[in-house]
Amino acid sequence: MNKIRMEHGSGGRSTGELIEQIFAKAFSNEILSAMEDAAVVEGTPRIAVTTDSFVVTPLEFPGGDIGRLSICGTVNDLLMRGAVPKYITCGFILQEGADTVQLKRLVNSMAKTAKEAGVQIIAGDTKVVEGNGGIFINTTGVGFVPEAIDISSANGRAGDVILVSGSLGDHHAAILSSRMGIKNTITSDNAPLTDMVKKLLDENIQIRTLRDVTRGGLATVLKELAVSSGMQFEIEEGALPINLQVWDFCGLLGLDPLYMGNEGKLIALAAKEDARKALEIMRSAEYGENAAIIGEVMEPETESERGRLILKTRIGGRRVLDILQGEGLPRIC
Amino acid sequence: MRTMEDIASYLREYDGRTLKLMEVCGSHTAAISKFGIRGMLSPKIRLVSGPGCPVCVTPSAYIDRLLELAKEKDTCVVTFGDMLRVPGSRGSLSAARGEGASVEMVYSPLDTLKLAAENSGITYVFAAVGFETTAPVYTLLLEEAIRGGFTNIRLLTALKTMPQAIRNLMQEGGEIDGFLAPGHVCAVIGSDAFLPLAKEFQIPFAVSGFGDRELLLAIYGLVRMAKEREAAVKNFYPSVVTPQGNLIAKKKLETYFMPCDAVWRGMGNIPLSGLLLKDAYKRYDAGSASLIEDKKLNHGCRCDKILTGKLMPQECPLFGRSCTPGSPQGACMVSYEGSCYQNYLSDGGNA
Amino acid sequence: MCVALPGKVVSVEGKKALVDFSGNQVNAYTGLVNVNPGDYVLVHAGCVIQSMKQQEAEEILELMGEIDS
Repeated sequence: MNKIRMEHGSGGRSTGELIEQIFAKAFSNEILSAMEDAAVVEGTPRIAVTTDSFVVTPLEFPGGDIGRLSICGTVNDLLMRGAVPKYITCGFILQEGADTVQLKRLVNSMAKTAKEAGVQIIAGDTKVVEGNGGIFINTTGVGFVPEAIDISSANGRAGDVILVSGSLGDHHAAILSSRMGIKNTITSDNAPLTDMVKKLLDENIQIRTLRDVTRGGLATVLKELAVSSGMQFEIEEGALPINLQVWDFCGLLGLDPLYMGNEGKLIALAAKEDARKALEIMRSAEYGENAAIIGEVMEPETESERGRLILKTRIGGRRVLDILQGEGLPRIC
Repeated sequence: MRTMEDIASYLREYDGRTLKLMEVCGSHTAAISKFGIRGMLSPKIRLVSGPGCPVCVTPSAYIDRLLELAKEKDTCVVTFGDMLRVPGSRGSLSAARGEGASVEMVYSPLDTLKLAAENSGITYVFAAVGFETTAPVYTLLLEEAIRGGFTNIRLLTALKTMPQAIRNLMQEGGEIDGFLAPGHVCAVIGSDAFLPLAKEFQIPFAVSGFGDRELLLAIYGLVRMAKEREAAVKNFYPSVVTPQGNLIAKKKLETYFMPCDAVWRGMGNIPLSGLLLKDAYKRYDAGSASLIEDKKLNHGCRCDKILTGKLMPQECPLFGRSCTPGSPQGACMVSYEGSCYQNYLSDGGNA
Repeated sequence: MCVALPGKVVSVEGKKALVDFSGNQVNAYTGLVNVNPGDYVLVHAGCVIQSMKQQEAEEILELMGEIDS
């Protein structure tokens, strides 16, 4: 069988074969192998839960694929609340005509990424619908938050330092390069940030907020945090880590790296006294080699400063940043 | 020799007569916002955005025609990303694509050749908008189409030229003390193209690049010239701009296009401010000449005053209220480079 | 309105040039400008629209000097 057909979704023999030959084989663990209707697992009181669906095209892109993405995205969301990620469920919606050889690659990529992230895939579902060979994945993640941890978007305080774990816009640039046929060596940064968050928490860094920089880019995410915390955020243009190749890619297409998404980078708001240490830890952790301190959280002096995000430009100007408006499409005019 | 700090101080502390300076390039509008330059200028230096955004000044009849074509059998509209979300009177190309219309987004008009070669049964119509920077690119597409014997490539043109628009603006009573001249338009047509305007209206033009330092320098130069009412064109982008421009490109424009009257949304018809394919090449045209109607502005919309620098976005009663990027009432808020859109972004919607 | 970027010509083949922008490689049409490998050029919408001279910061500030005097 090399193409998905409607019967693969019927629940009968073909479905069984599909699960057996592709999913169960890749995700094998005790819990999943039991093939119960639900997985019953051990845990601790503060449960973190998150869900995400993945619809990216192309399915495989420089540096990653939709399978890897589906694990990283959900694992990172759990990590952003200081949870230890443990379990993942995955639901597949396959369009008729989907390539099973490719599906196998994607599923194997998911298994590999899950291992790297330290999570187990313990439940799943597959449906087949009419269509053009597309593949869509939903993952739900479950993790457990240690008692002492309180990491939330509302926690930012005046004096806190804003850090980013690496270069901006890589994922979005990789996808767009693929779609628009522009040759370069930009790769998606899709990665699980388990190592980085664990190191920050193990070293008792006072982390107020963690947020992964995804759709909408750094500016969108920081603006949301400024609003949630009711503070004013200021960042320095000169401090932002941006890969030169991504920078020129943006220049070619009239795009702004501040609004281009990542899939393996986080923002951390840390207490001022822990800033230097946090930076060192991030730089020594996996995927954090280009981490940088990019700004600070300030007390708003007027109502209009509350929730405001300011960029101090290289030449000494000030630019108020909002969330992404529109789609961030390439421009020529 | 001065440093950037000296120049920044001068602009911040300027206390001479109030100057109204206009930039006429959407990319300048976007860059000025991006670098936070407006906030660095003394309140006596008013930087206003003119009609330099080709998307903003395109009449909605043009979008409507593209939509019709995209829905026609065996026809596909090819476009830059810029045009995808602009609403005509019945929705945008992006929305139509969602409903099954045939639309392709490309980086270069020349990408159309590959599409046309792969699908000879489909007619590809390129949404040919832009100013003098982009017009020569369309001549290359035309040459390749002719050379390759393609019969399934067309252009629907909405090409505009700068100098006439500026003349019209000044003749209609625009009280502008100086212009920032568009750097890439000048790379093609040459900085001398603005000399007659400088002499006619006795105002300075400063040709500017698009980087933060380059813009600040050019604005500084323009302020100095405007202060002295110097009627001249000074080139602050010499790496790319020369007095004569790109002679090959200019020759090709003359070969394939002829000047025509054009409708600028919000400004009405400006004589000889557009380009149309010459009769000899009409077989590559998708009916561009018929698009001369201009939709009446929405009630309360002040885009015509914004485009000519008579009103700042914040002074429009609809700005930030019923007119936002999510629900634009007029052209200035629709396009990324529209001055209202850019102002909305940099003010965070605080009107 | 004119998103264009300076890049370096890597190679020329027929009516196109491979232009490099810090690692991004675009095949740009050269019908508007004659180019050679090693040239710096301005590329707009897949076409070379002008060749570039090195613009030194001092050069610009000299222009400034003209205004000051």
